[in-house]
Amino acid sequence: MFLDVLFNIDNGYLEGLVRGFKSGILKNQDYINLVQCETLEDLKLHLQTTDYGNFLANEPSPLTVSVIDDKIREKYVLEFQHLRNHAVKPLSKFLDYITYSYMIDNIVLLITGHLHQRSVQELLPKCHPLGMFEQMGAITVADTSASLYNAILIDTPLAPYFIDCISEHDLDELNIEIMRNTLYKAYIEDFYNFCKELGGPTGEVMCELLAFEADRRAFMITINSLGVDLPKDERSKLYPRCGKLYPDGLNQLSKAEEYDQVKMIAESYADYRPLFENVGTNPGDKTIEDKFFEQEVKMNLNAFMRQFGFGVFYSFLKLKEQENRNIIWIAECVAQKHRTRIDNYIPIM
Amino acid sequence: MKLLNKFTIGAGSVALALFIYAGLTYMFTGYGFRFDIGWLLTSLNPYMWAGLGVAAAVSLSVLGAAIGIYSIGSSILGGGVKAPRIRTKNLVSIVFCEAAAIYGIIMSVVISNGINNQSITTKETLMSDYRGGYRLFGAGLTVGWSNLFCGIALGVVGSGAALADAQNPTLFVKILIVEIFASAIGLFGLIVSILISSGSKVGKS
Repeated sequence: MFLDVLFNIDNGYLEGLVRGFKSGILKNQDYINLVQCETLEDLKLHLQTTDYGNFLANEPSPLTVSVIDDKIREKYVLEFQHLRNHAVKPLSKFLDYITYSYMIDNIVLLITGHLHQRSVQELLPKCHPLGMFEQMGAITVADTSASLYNAILIDTPLAPYFIDCISEHDLDELNIEIMRNTLYKAYIEDFYNFCKELGGPTGEVMCELLAFEADRRAFMITINSLGVDLPKDERSKLYPRCGKLYPDGLNQLSKAEEYDQVKMIAESYADYRPLFENVGTNPGDKTIEDKFFEQEVKMNLNAFMRQFGFGVFYSFLKLKEQENRNIIWIAECVAQKHRTRIDNYIPIM
Repeated sequence: MKLLNKFTIGAGSVALALFIYAGLTYMFTGYGFRFDIGWLLTSLNPYMWAGLGVAAAVSLSVLGAAIGIYSIGSSILGGGVKAPRIRTKNLVSIVFCEAAAIYGIIMSVVISNGINNQSITTKETLMSDYRGGYRLFGAGLTVGWSNLFCGIALGVVGSGAALADAQNPTLFVKILIVEIFASAIGLFGLIVSILISSGSKVGKS
């Protein structure tokens, strides 16, 4: 009761604001209009009638898909940063936790790019703006993960997540992916515990969302490592433990060798069984990633049904990202004039 | 912050332990008669009871109205950024909250009118003064607590009404009906309080 009554003192304005942002997310009718566009200029015209307004007005004339992608991302990043600037604890800490996953992606992007002999100047603009931290440019100096940690990451908020992945091995392709997944596992478990401690509507909504995210990571890691030479115990160290699959499902997943075994493991969980049905790689079917995205959108929309919680901030960001992916998918199909799979976006509202 | 965190559990258990220790000490040393509730009640002046009634009436009602107003106000401001049409319509929820505070001030004026000069001549006047004091205290508590929870309820419902109105304009009138019921409970407190305090006074008028 106290959470409901005292929530609006610090967070009432921001919750109202984020719900206003969410009402500007593109609806089904908008997507139908976008799908009928013939060129990217048409797309820009249709987006002017939505909440996006004239965001592409100052761009030079031949529009490219990457420019549209950057401008869409800039808009929701600006909204998120506005919310973060107005937030106080504990909302500010919650919003910071959301940005840590982008920091992890940026670190991995920079190290991978450095391994492929790209310069820091080229890579920094490709980093996600929500995951910026100081000394990002200096990441390329490190050769092993231990030196990476000691030199740079120890000052960032990600320092406690590095405990499990410091080693003296050189950073190469496979190790980078393992490092990314280990970091992400530590981060999502920490975020889950933080939300659980907050309790109330925040805890209830966020623990559901994060449990789904953790299980989705476990499934995707298993499916992607089916053909790769990754030892079973290494694989099981990458699974986040805060989802519904812990502990039995994760044990079974770590022993799975084929896709059918993974599907059978999912059959025993009522939440995940419908996601694995009717999946295929034929032109008319949906892939497993699409089904996970659809389920994620559904859960994020449900988060808006609870008032006086922080779940709406997390869900707003995820829904805007999904909208970004949808618009870019449609834009790519329009730009390449390859319209057979243009309807494969995930409708949101 | 959870209510039962380490600090409150620690402080609460220390207080309980001290209370039990004090009680047992009195009991075992033969001074148990000192724990005398009757003495406490009769030795407190009826003016104090009546004064506390006045204070409770206005302060608790205002606290409830304040909680309601800030809850609704911050949601109107947040929702009004992207949906400016909700700004004027939702001020009616704030008027409901203000009504809760007004009930408090009405009752505190009525109760304070019952506090007059004491002149105790017979046992009956003394008893009547005590009765008046207790009744005015009860009246103040009744209206105070009722309007506190009325204001809290109006705050939660009103902020939901503002945010729902921003998404879908047809919802506002339906949620307003819930707010009418929420403000009715404040009115119940006012009615009972008037019934208790009518005719009761401390001292001669």
